[in-house]
Amino acid sequence: MIDAILNYQFMQNAFFAAILASTACGLIGTIIVEKKLVMLSGGIAHTSFGGIGLGYLLNIEPIYGAFGFAVAASLAIASIRRKIGTGSDTLIGMFWSLGMALGVLFIGFTPGYPPDISSYLFGDILTVRRMDVWLMAALTVFMILAISSLFNYWKAYLFDEEFLRVLGVKSSLLENFLFVMIALAIVILIRVVGIVLVIALLTAPPAAARLYTDDLKKIMGLAIIFGLIFSFSGLTFSYYYDLPSGAVIIITAALFYFGSVIIKKKNTAIQ
Amino acid sequence: MTYAVELKDVSVKYGKIPALKNVSIQIAEGAFLGIIGPNGGGKTTLLKVILGLIEPEAGEINVFGHPHNQMVDRIGYVPQISNFDRDFPISVLDVVLMARLGGRVRFFHQYQKEDLKKAEAVLDQLNLLHLKDRQIGKLSGGQLQRVLIARGLAVEPEILLLDEPTANVDASSTSQIYELLKNLNQDRTIIVATHDMAAVSSYFDTLACLNEKLYHHGDKRLDQETTEQVFGCPVDLIAHGHPHHVFAPHGEEENND
Repeated sequence: MIDAILNYQFMQNAFFAAILASTACGLIGTIIVEKKLVMLSGGIAHTSFGGIGLGYLLNIEPIYGAFGFAVAASLAIASIRRKIGTGSDTLIGMFWSLGMALGVLFIGFTPGYPPDISSYLFGDILTVRRMDVWLMAALTVFMILAISSLFNYWKAYLFDEEFLRVLGVKSSLLENFLFVMIALAIVILIRVVGIVLVIALLTAPPAAARLYTDDLKKIMGLAIIFGLIFSFSGLTFSYYYDLPSGAVIIITAALFYFGSVIIKKKNTAIQ
Repeated sequence: MTYAVELKDVSVKYGKIPALKNVSIQIAEGAFLGIIGPNGGGKTTLLKVILGLIEPEAGEINVFGHPHNQMVDRIGYVPQISNFDRDFPISVLDVVLMARLGGRVRFFHQYQKEDLKKAEAVLDQLNLLHLKDRQIGKLSGGQLQRVLIARGLAVEPEILLLDEPTANVDASSTSQIYELLKNLNQDRTIIVATHDMAAVSSYFDTLACLNEKLYHHGDKRLDQETTEQVFGCPVDLIAHGHPHHVFAPHGEEENND
């Protein structure tokens, strides 16, 4: 496989995609899990399917459509959520299926043979193109900068947003920013694990990392490492055995998480 | 005379439900004020209005004679402990350091040496320094409450607002916390919202009774009539250690007959 990575562009793309996806899910996933925004992120991910459909219909790059839809959906959810308070469950569910419905509709309107959308739904790391890698790289760099430069504020925001407001910090600004970053992370991950599976890759690495440390920074670091393990296992299986990479990544992640929970339980029981 | 906190005819509504109605109160500098009243009576709302977290529908709020939103750095806040996710991966020291973030977002912000010194000094003052690296989920209720008080103090406020500081702690921690507050009161104004009637007589200088409207403000000796108005039912005032002991039928139930 190393030979292939050195010699074939599609394998190089897959290699970089795995690294970028792991970084994005380690950083944003940790925030999502700690702020309890998992379902909301699922909603944003599924809404972005509408953008993919629109991309096919208008004959533009579907991933750009997904990008636009994800950002618009996250900002819309953020602002409606602030108005109606905490009962955002229904709202998220609504966006979730509305986005899917729009996607199906747009694809139905697209003339000619229906395109193969399964790589967007379930991901395929071996079909990632150079262009996708560049987009993923740009978004990941932006995310790293945004999180590291404001790290103390993010930590305070995640722990006690109200106290930040008492200090005079505009937490709604941070919130909008965070929601946009969630949208970006989802766009990064769509090519690798797909819309349907994205949530597990965002949550399993940080949730597993949380079992090993009490420090937010270390959770992010560990989550990135775990993400790398999962992504490369997906890449390996899909290269040698022709298995669907998205599914393998998610199954490895879930098994690893449950394994960690069991080991952790055993260890604390012994102590 | 300028008051530490002065509210003039403040009204707050949540949607159509009034939470505060024409509340006016003047809190002198150096006061140790207890705001008592039933749950849902608007105690937390009153604190949040002073902090600028809730916009009042009407009325005016001044802190040391200036509009309150210019004075945010003069007020420290200790929220209810039950609002916190105790699993959150943050250490005691990091919680207290939050207070040193300041009101403006600065990129690549790092805590300075003096921030660290201040935070550690406050932790030391509250006998928490040995716990500074501990994750907050591994503290007792009383310890976490004191950590939150430490954070409120690390702002270096002239006024400290506390919301139910003894709601989730045992009896010995309760008296420990009130002793601490009494101590802190020597050089700052302290306002405590509580439904803990036991604390009323022993620690506060002045009391305010709040149930949507402000019923009483001043002397800490309450008569039965006031408490009946505030709580909507007679409350046993001499029940030291037994908060809110009810011994007669509820007012509302009588209305339903």
